Amino acid sequence: MSQNFRLNTGGLINRDKPIEFRFNGKKYIGYEGDTLASALLANGIHLIGRSFKYHRPRGFFGAGVDEPNAKMQVEINGCSEPNINATEIELVNNLSATSQNCWPSVNFDIGAINNFLNRFFPAGFYYKTFMWPKSFWYRVYEPFIRKAAGLGIASLEKDKERYEHKYEYCDLLVTGSGPAGLASAYAAAKNGAKVILAEDKPRYGGTLLTDDVTIDNLSGKDWSEKIISELKEMPNVIVKNRSQVFGYYDHNMMVMFERTGDHLEKKPKYTPRQRLWYIRAKEVLLSTGSIERPIVFGNNDTPGVFLSAAAKEYMKVFGVLIGKKPIIFTNNDSGYETAIEFKKNGVNPIVLDTREDQNSELINEAKDLDIKIKFSYAVIVAHGYKKVKSATIGKLNKEKIDFENTEQIDCDSICVSGFWTPTVHLASQSGNKLKFNDSIDAFVPDKSKQNEHSLGAANGTFTLQDTLKNSFNTGSEVSKSITKKDEKIQIPNTNERKYTAHDKFWCSPLPKGKNYKRFVDFQNDVAVSDIEVALREGYRSIEHVKRYTTLGMATDQGRTSNLNGLQLVANVEKKIVPQVGHTTFRPPFTPVTIGTIVGREIGKEYMSTRKTPMHHWHEKNNAVWVDAGAWKRPRYYKRGNENLFEASKREAKNVRDHVGVCDVTTLGKIDIKGPDAAEFLNRVYTNAWLKLPVGKARYGVMLREDGIVMDDGTTTRISENHYHMTTTTAQAANVLSHLEYYLQIVWPELNVNVVSTTEQWAGAAIAGPKSRDLLAKLFPKIDVSNEALPFMGYVEGDLFGVKARIFRISFSGELAYEINVESDFGLFMWEKIIDIGEEFNIQPYGTEALSTLRIEMGHVAGPELDGRTIPYDVSLEGLVSKKKDFIGKRSLAKEAFNKADRQKIVGLVPLDRKSSIPEGSHLVENKNAKLPNLKLGHVSSSCWSVENNNPFSLAILKDGKNMIGKKLFAVSPLKNTSIEVEVMSSHYVDHEGKRVRS
Amino acid sequence: MLNIKCPYCGDRSQKEFAYGGDGTITRPKLNQEISDEEWDNFVYLRKSPRGKHIELWHHIAGCRQWFKVERDTTTHEIFRTFKPEEEF
Repeated sequence: MSQNFRLNTGGLINRDKPIEFRFNGKKYIGYEGDTLASALLANGIHLIGRSFKYHRPRGFFGAGVDEPNAKMQVEINGCSEPNINATEIELVNNLSATSQNCWPSVNFDIGAINNFLNRFFPAGFYYKTFMWPKSFWYRVYEPFIRKAAGLGIASLEKDKERYEHKYEYCDLLVTGSGPAGLASAYAAAKNGAKVILAEDKPRYGGTLLTDDVTIDNLSGKDWSEKIISELKEMPNVIVKNRSQVFGYYDHNMMVMFERTGDHLEKKPKYTPRQRLWYIRAKEVLLSTGSIERPIVFGNNDTPGVFLSAAAKEYMKVFGVLIGKKPIIFTNNDSGYETAIEFKKNGVNPIVLDTREDQNSELINEAKDLDIKIKFSYAVIVAHGYKKVKSATIGKLNKEKIDFENTEQIDCDSICVSGFWTPTVHLASQSGNKLKFNDSIDAFVPDKSKQNEHSLGAANGTFTLQDTLKNSFNTGSEVSKSITKKDEKIQIPNTNERKYTAHDKFWCSPLPKGKNYKRFVDFQNDVAVSDIEVALREGYRSIEHVKRYTTLGMATDQGRTSNLNGLQLVANVEKKIVPQVGHTTFRPPFTPVTIGTIVGREIGKEYMSTRKTPMHHWHEKNNAVWVDAGAWKRPRYYKRGNENLFEASKREAKNVRDHVGVCDVTTLGKIDIKGPDAAEFLNRVYTNAWLKLPVGKARYGVMLREDGIVMDDGTTTRISENHYHMTTTTAQAANVLSHLEYYLQIVWPELNVNVVSTTEQWAGAAIAGPKSRDLLAKLFPKIDVSNEALPFMGYVEGDLFGVKARIFRISFSGELAYEINVESDFGLFMWEKIIDIGEEFNIQPYGTEALSTLRIEMGHVAGPELDGRTIPYDVSLEGLVSKKKDFIGKRSLAKEAFNKADRQKIVGLVPLDRKSSIPEGSHLVENKNAKLPNLKLGHVSSSCWSVENNNPFSLAILKDGKNMIGKKLFAVSPLKNTSIEVEVMSSHYVDHEGKRVRS
Repeated sequence: MLNIKCPYCGDRSQKEFAYGGDGTITRPKLNQEISDEEWDNFVYLRKSPRGKHIELWHHIAGCRQWFKVERDTTTHEIFRTFKPEEEF
C-alpha cells in the first residue's frame, strides 16, 4: 500500500522529497512537508490507537492542536517520547511511531474487553469500586489501573537533548498568523512597534491556506506569503513558526514553546531541540482563531470520523483524501466547503444538513456542482469497528428530537461540522471573564484585565472582511499609543462566500430502544451517558461534573468537547449554557516537554558553584568536597586509604599539637563604613560596641526581632569609621539584607553604608600552638608577641609584598589567627603558609576537623543556632547587654524565654566512652518508657574528641543548667541506636579559654 | 512573574527581587516603653488584605535597595512603586 489516498496534484508538500518512516514497525513513505498524521492517512492508515478507558479503536479526528486521539510514542534521533500528537509532528527521515494504550497490538487489544463491559464502567467507576479494602489500593488496584490506563511510556534514560530558555521583550506579541494575526502584526510593525508574531504550525497563514478567499486579488495563501516576507524584512519584527504561546501570566508575561530541532534532518550540534521563550509584551493580540466543534452521534469515535475542516485541510495542505466515500454531516455552511473540495478532487460526497432546505452562496454552489444534499438529516450511528463502513442516517422530525425515517448508507468516512468555537484559552488565562455569544453558541472574551485584545475568529468574528478591518485597526491603534507613529494602511479588498445562520443542533437523538455510545470527550472517553450519570448523582457545579467524569481534563484540554459538554449539562438541567458557566482554562494550552521547562538548569548548571581562590590547590591535594550553600569546601584532605573519620581526626589532632590551616574564604564579609557605624553595630548586636577601639575585634551575636539568634561572628574596627564584619557562611546573604533593611527602612537617619566583600577577600585561618611562630615567619616585620598582638587584636601587614589583614581570632579554641588578602592573592598566601609552615608540621584541615575542634570547645554554630534558640539557650547570655536596646531585645523579656527550666546547651559523653552519638538523637530519661516517650532535648552536634579520645556531643536540653551529671539516653530511631550518656558542661576542652589568650 | 518597577533602576522582572513583607509596619523606637501586647503585634501580627496592599520589596539582584510597592493581592496589579522616604 503506497500512498493510495494521496491526490495526484495539490497540497503544499514537497513531492520531490519522499521520506521513509515507520509506524508500529512497518515502513511507509510520505513527503517532506507532511505531518505524521497526513503521511499515515496518505497510506490509508486510520486505526492508530486505543481509547483511554474502554480501549475502543480510535483514528485521526483533527489536523492540528484540535486532535484528541492521535497520541503516539515517537522516536526521533534515538529520543523516545510519549503522547506526541501525530497531527502536529512533522515527518522526518527515520521517524518511528508506535500506538499507545494497546496490548499486544493496536489491531488486537486485550483491554478492549472493557468496551464490551462498558455498562460496568460508569462515571466515577474507580471512585466507587476500588474503595475497599483500603490496603488493596496501593498494592493491587493502583498498579493494575496504572498498567491498564496511562498513555505512553516515559523514557527511563537521561535526556541527551539540549533545551534552552530565552527572554524577550516587545511592544506587541501576536499569537497566530491567520488573517487577524497577519493584519494586526503588519499594522503594528508599520508603526515601528517591536512585534513578535508566533505561529504554532510550520506554515504561516492559518485558515488562509485552506479557505477559498481572495485578498487584493491574491489567494489567501499568496497574500499571507507576501505579508510574512515583508514582516521578515523588517528589523523591528520577530516572526516565529513552530512556536506555541501556551501560557498567559501576570503582567503580560507570555510563555512560548518553540520546536527548534525535531523537524531538522541534521540538527547542528548546538541547536537546541526545543526552546522556551519568556516574553514580556506591552500588549498582547490574541489571534488564536477557532476550532470546529463536532456534532455528537452514535459511535462517533469510530476511525474515519473527522472534523470537516480537518478533512479539507488534509486535501488542501497535504494533498490527502481522508476517504473516498464521505458523508458530510453539518449544521452550518462550512461543511459545504469541505464537500466542494471533495467534489473538485473527484470524490462524490453526500451532505447531511440538519437545517431545512435554503439558499446560500455555498449551498447553491454545491447544488450547482451536483453534490447530493439531504436537508433535515442527521447521522444516527456509525457502523464498523476499526473503520467506518456505513452509517444509519435519519430524517429529523420538526422538533429535531426524533427521526421520521431511517436508512443505512455505505460510506468510508464521516466529516462533522457543528460550527465554530473561538479559541479563548489565552484570553481566559489572562483573567478575562468570558461572555456567552448566543449567535455563535460559544464563549468569547469580555473585558480585558490585562493589556490584551482578541481578534478575528478568536473573538467570534468569522468573516474575513471584518477580521481584516478590525485587526488592521487594532494593530494600528495599539501600536500608535506606544510608538506615537501612525502609518495609514489601506484595508485590502476581500472576496469571500457569505454564510447563512447555523443550526443549534449539536447532538443526534437516540432512536427509541437504541443505546449507542455517543462520545463528548474522545481523549478521556466521556460519553453522553457518563455526564448524565454524574448529573443524576447530584453533581451540579460544572467544575464538579468535570472532575467526576474527567470531561475536558485530558491533554487536549477539551478543545473539541468543552462546549458540547456544557450544552449537555444545560439541556439536562433545563438551563442555558451561560447559566452553567465554563470550567477554568489553565496553562499550558498544549503539552510542553519537561526538558523545555528545565532548560539548561540541570546537572551542574542547576545552580552556580562558588569556588575559593585556593580551590585548585585543594583539588590537587585530594580534598573531598562538601557543599556549603553554593560553595565547595574541603571536608577533609584524604591521605592514602584514610576515611572521613580517620582523616578528620588526624587533621584536628595536628591543630591541637602543631598548627593547621583552613580555607575560611567562604565566611560572609561585610564592609561597614560611616560616622554612625558604631551606633549601628550597637543596635544590631546584643553586646556593647560603642567603645571598641580601632585595631580590635569583638565577637558579636545578632538577634531577629523575635529574640531568636540570627547569626554570630566577629567584627573588627579597621579605622575610626570603618568596620569589617564577618558572618557565618550560611547566613551571609541574609545578614546583608537584614542590615540593609534597618539602614534603609527603619533607621534611615544613620549615616552608614554596607557592602558585601565576601568575594573580595581570601581568608586562611592558622590555628594551633605553633601558629604564632608561623605568623612571625610570614610577617617578619611585625611584632606578633602576645603583648603586641593580643587575643582579639588586629594588625595590617605585608605578606611578601601583598597587603594583608591579620585578625587574632579563633573558632578552634586554639591560639589562632586569620589572614585575609585580596582574592587574587589567595592562592599565593595559601602556598606561602604551606611552604613556611612545613617546619612546624603544618597540615591543611577541612570542615570536618573544624567542626571537631569547635564542638569540643563548646563553640556554637549552625546546628545550635537553628532558628529556635535564644542567647541563653546557647550560653551566650553573657553577651546580652542589660543597658542598651538592640534588635530583638524586647522579645527576650517574654515569659517562655525566662522559665526556670528553659532549654540550655550541654555536653554529652557516652558512658562506654566508645559509641558515637548520632546527631539528631532524642534525649530521654528512660529508653524503655511507654510511647509517647517525653523528649527532653536533642543532640545538635557530634564529634570524636581528639583531646580526650572519645565521642563528645553538644545538645540542647530542657533545664540543661540543672542537668549536669545526670544520665540520659540518646535515642535515634533512624539509626536504631540508644546510647546511655552523661550530661556535662558544653566546654569539654580548655574550660577557662586559656589557649586562645596564650 | 510580576514586572516590578524599581524606583531606582526601572522595570525589572520579579526574579531580581525578594519580597519583604508588609510595608506599613513601623518599628517601635529604641528604648521605648511598650506593652507585651503591642510588641507582639509588631513582631507577629500582619494583616492579609484582599485587594490593595503596601508591601516592601528588596532589589536583591540589582541595586540592593528596599522600596515600597502598592499592589493588589488578588489581581497582582501594581499601582505604584516608591522610595521608602516618599510617603504614600
